[in-house]
Amino acid sequence: MMEFLRMGGYGTYVWSAYGVTLVILVINIWWTYRFYRKSREALGEISENFSKRQPTIRKTS
Amino acid sequence: MKDFIQVLTRDLKVSLRRWSELCNPLIFFLMVASLFPLAISPEAPDLKRVGTGVLWISALLASLLALDGLFRDDAEDGSMEQLVLSPIPLTIVIAAKILAHWLITGLPLVVIAPVVALSYYMPLDTLTTLILALILATPTLSVLGAIGAALTVGLRRGGPIVGLLVLPLTGPVLIFGTRATDLAVQGESAAGPLYLLGALLALAIALGPLATSAAVRVSLE
Amino acid sequence: MNLRWFHKLASPPYFYRLASTLGPWLGSLSIALIAAGTYGGLVLAPPDYLQGDGFRMIYVHVPSAYLGMMAYVVMATAAATGFIWRIKLAHAVAVSAAPLGASFTFLGLVTGAIWGKPMWGTFWQWSDARLVFFLMLFFLYMGYLALRGVTEDRDKADRLSAVLAVVGVINIPIIHYSVEWWTTLHQGPTITRLDGPSITMDMLVPLLIMIAGFSVFFVWLLFVRLRGEILVREKKSRWAQELVQRGRV
Repeated sequence: MMEFLRMGGYGTYVWSAYGVTLVILVINIWWTYRFYRKSREALGEISENFSKRQPTIRKTS
Repeated sequence: MKDFIQVLTRDLKVSLRRWSELCNPLIFFLMVASLFPLAISPEAPDLKRVGTGVLWISALLASLLALDGLFRDDAEDGSMEQLVLSPIPLTIVIAAKILAHWLITGLPLVVIAPVVALSYYMPLDTLTTLILALILATPTLSVLGAIGAALTVGLRRGGPIVGLLVLPLTGPVLIFGTRATDLAVQGESAAGPLYLLGALLALAIALGPLATSAAVRVSLE
Repeated sequence: MNLRWFHKLASPPYFYRLASTLGPWLGSLSIALIAAGTYGGLVLAPPDYLQGDGFRMIYVHVPSAYLGMMAYVVMATAAATGFIWRIKLAHAVAVSAAPLGASFTFLGLVTGAIWGKPMWGTFWQWSDARLVFFLMLFFLYMGYLALRGVTEDRDKADRLSAVLAVVGVINIPIIHYSVEWWTTLHQGPTITRLDGPSITMDMLVPLLIMIAGFSVFFVWLLFVRLRGEILVREKKSRWAQELVQRGRV
């Protein structure tokens, strides 16, 4: 186990590299889904506004 | 061809009327090159080492500064739209404008650069290579700059990002230009990088006006 | 060549449904591939005779750098398609690919620097052509995003950034061939050589798996972001409204 972590002396470098990769990948997942969610919410709002609009009643004289 | 000359002469005439504005990039070039010794060191050996880089960076930044004038005036007074609509192919118009622009802003740079080079203790016999390299490089920079200018001319807040758009594209020019100059300083033949600069120029002339006119059309909508 | 399928693909509602169905599969597949590749790279692959266990950084560095470049090609191709044939969806693909590509390029730069320190003695080397042009690639992404950010009209933004993307695509072959044209710290190509890869199988396989994993990861998130982008662009359209009302967004 210790040998595995040491990576033949290069441990700091190898694990930093894999670590930053993991972080960036996770941030991308989070950020992308956040964008998608927000788009959906924006769409939902517009849809609500559309359906809340009452049809205008015209008075005919 | 006649149309090309026509646009070229018109642009030159218009630009020369406001010649004091044209000096700006030149003065900027001299100023930037003058600031480096203050910031780095005025000692001869230090200046000799950084001379090549300073020269090229200053030239690059001065070209960037000059870009704004390329399309902005025409776009503002509506003559750009007329040129787009005219029967002359837009690519030819653009090519002529870029050439005019280089003659007014790039060529003076090439003329003044040796003076700056000497102030950085560059040996006299490197000057021919330097001039040659700049003659090949500055038009390429004008073309690349034209692409950036065309992309941002229609945008309200586009001015500040022209540099961000253009500078990544100028990498190879800078690399070959400085390499040619360094080789000359070391007393060796700079033929390799000079040929490459020529190739870049050919590529720029062939494709640049096309990209620029595409960008101009979109910008003017 | 089934042209009708291509036409369908360019229609936002169809593509949206396609992307929604594929999404979860792509996600799981990419995570599985990346996990497998990581295990293979960290555990199964034998240590390098020169770099020892340090060479294992290749399994994150190369896929990142590769995807950084691939994403740009996708972006430029999509942008060009949208520009020439006026397909809105293509522009949506381009704008969705950009942030992903920029992330991968950033990751490639960082992992490269981390790898460079022990092996070459330095985090960065200005005289290495490939590093410099790869850095330019990052700046190109930034320029693309900046241009879009500053353009107020979306249509204009699509087409202006398309011109920029296509102009910048020349950087990609430059990066690829830079190791052949200049002597750099980077070694020459090990995989894409005409006479076969010059790396042993047990080291190569995890690398290929990682590259595949990263690629699927890219497509996965591209599709998710695309769905969001399509919703934004088509929010006033009937099909999108119906989708929301039926609760099937």
